[in-house]
Amino acid sequence: MKRSKRAALLSILFMGLGQLYNREIAKGILFAIVNIIVLINIPYFRYAYWGLITLGEQPLHYVNGIAEGDHSIFLLIQGIIAVLVTLLIILIYVLNIIDAFKTGEAIEQGEKPMGIVKFVRYVSHKYFPYLSLSPAFVLILFFTLLPILFTIFIAFTNYSAPNHLPPRNLVDWVGVTNFKNLLNLKIWKNTFIGVGIWTIIWALLASLTSYFGGLLLALLVNSGDVQLKKFWRTIYILPYAIPGFISILTMRLMFTGLGPVNNFLVKLGFERMPWLTNPTMAKVVLILVNIWLGAPYFMALMSGTLTNIPGDLYEAADIDGATPYQKFRKITLPLVLHATMPLLILSFTHNFNNFTMIYLLTSGGPANPAYRYAGHTDILISWIYKLTLEQNQYNMAAVISIIMFIVVATISAFTFSRTKSFREEDLIQ
Amino acid sequence: MRKKLVGGLGESNMGNKKKKNTFLDFIRKMIIYILLITLSFIVIIPIIWIIGSSLNPGDTLFSSTLIPKNPSLVHYKTLLTNSDFPLWYKNTLKIATANMIVSVFLSTSTAYVFSRYRFMGRKSMLMTILVLQMFPSFLAMTAIYVLLLQLGLLDTHLGLILVYATGQIPYNTWVAKGYFDGIPRSMDEAAKIDGASNFTIFYKIILPLAKPIITFIALTNFTGPWMDFVLPKLILRSADKKTLAMGLYDMAVHQHNTKFTLFAAGAVLVAIPITLLFVYLQKHIVEGLTKGAVKI
Repeated sequence: MKRSKRAALLSILFMGLGQLYNREIAKGILFAIVNIIVLINIPYFRYAYWGLITLGEQPLHYVNGIAEGDHSIFLLIQGIIAVLVTLLIILIYVLNIIDAFKTGEAIEQGEKPMGIVKFVRYVSHKYFPYLSLSPAFVLILFFTLLPILFTIFIAFTNYSAPNHLPPRNLVDWVGVTNFKNLLNLKIWKNTFIGVGIWTIIWALLASLTSYFGGLLLALLVNSGDVQLKKFWRTIYILPYAIPGFISILTMRLMFTGLGPVNNFLVKLGFERMPWLTNPTMAKVVLILVNIWLGAPYFMALMSGTLTNIPGDLYEAADIDGATPYQKFRKITLPLVLHATMPLLILSFTHNFNNFTMIYLLTSGGPANPAYRYAGHTDILISWIYKLTLEQNQYNMAAVISIIMFIVVATISAFTFSRTKSFREEDLIQ
Repeated sequence: MRKKLVGGLGESNMGNKKKKNTFLDFIRKMIIYILLITLSFIVIIPIIWIIGSSLNPGDTLFSSTLIPKNPSLVHYKTLLTNSDFPLWYKNTLKIATANMIVSVFLSTSTAYVFSRYRFMGRKSMLMTILVLQMFPSFLAMTAIYVLLLQLGLLDTHLGLILVYATGQIPYNTWVAKGYFDGIPRSMDEAAKIDGASNFTIFYKIILPLAKPIITFIALTNFTGPWMDFVLPKLILRSADKKTLAMGLYDMAVHQHNTKFTLFAAGAVLVAIPITLLFVYLQKHIVEGLTKGAVKI
């Protein structure tokens, strides 16, 4: 048998053995240490996998006054962590085998093994991208991917109030029951469809209105004969600059029943309006406030684009005798739309998930008795918030999160694969 | 000759026909200025109102005039001397600064690698982080809670900062990568020939050229913690660790209308520095955004 194969085989048996056989002592010892640590922790892995599969067998109970029992949610998360760690170990294991094989091959061809110092230098040069991405990778693995996996798993359990909240009760796997319930139980179905439709309408209207509001502002401020451009621009940028959290809460106070907006109406001789308590008006107020908040952002971006349109285009149009309207329709608008379209789509996905806006302005209200735990202006994300942090209906919230994620991710993935073609075009450079 | 921007609305393009149209021109100018002024009022009134309310000595926001008749600074005094407000301010400042530094470091180095190196899995990694960040995160918070509990980071600012910084990696990476892509590669290749290492190229060549996008990332990550009230509520338990957004939210929503004017004063104190920062840096922000995001 060839040396390379023998080394690989030894490394399959026990990490590091192949390296030792190749006379790479330091590397071999390092791999062997990893293997020993894994072996020591086998009971931990066994417990974690047991927890992931059973989600615990005994709810909280007291033995001689001492609390005992399994907490299903902790077990679930420990289980997921164990799975992630297992994947990392498998990665190291495979690398260990490949390394033993490659070094073996090199020795067969009469080369000397690199030795640890040279090896480290070689790896840090060749795999520089992976090494420098690893801090971000580890953080994302545990703070982004783990929570997402957790949510997906929860969708297949009965984790919800009132009967399945740890530590007093255990949580169990229930298969696709929650998905079935969302589609079959009338109140869940109605809420999901109603809130879903409003979410889409809201995301569309909110993005389009602030996009074109921003365009209007940009055109106004940048139009030829306006004096003090900088002054106007600074005023209009204010809503973007002020923390959104504060301006939305301020608007909420302004539009309340006894607030200044109604006071003003009364002074003018009108009646008080139910701005935030009538479902339709609340939706209108949301859109209006969103324009106030969102248009300045687009104005700022479009001003940049407008100033980059080559002047010769307009001069050529002048020579051809184009009217101002024609120039706007045929030159300005297409160029601005072309340059800012990706942002319009980004803004759609942003508004689709615009929890801050909805929750701070209306809190989803006014209440809708036909809905389960949602109000008239709730969008999916604020409904999920209520289901999770107010009502403890984790399982249903997880199901809705998954569906929502599929929709938003599909739209954005589609968009971004298309925007690559945007970059390759050199219309404005 | 290059005419600087002249969008469609206000352009005087008529050349020698201009004289006939002076009246129309005048009307159009009038309309533009009327629109400009009306819109300015709409933008400014909420701002004046919240400032006015903060000067209203009573505790109701609903005074009959925009600016109260007998303005007083009593609420500012209460906030600064007789409440936890200064403590919240200090906490938020600390979290925001740390988040800014960690985020800038993490996302510029990640974006640099994605922009300059071609390696296996690059495209799928870029797509994955983009898609992952769109997952609705409220349930995820339960997992984060347990994870921080096990790491012993619950009720610490460090835990909060880690969660913030990680959450921002994908978006920041994308805009920074978009910006870096616009910096000619010939610059780093020349340096490489001169024997510069990967890190030298990054710090000495790319970063100085990327000021606008770094300003943008720094600013958005600095201001983020000033506005978030959901995550701190979950992670921070003790009163002395509270952040501004938590405190202000409680004042505006939970206190049965009794602390509205106090909220107004707090809001003004938070908004002023951040607004000034934004207005002062707006040129960088817009430049960073247009180069980083528009041409993704």
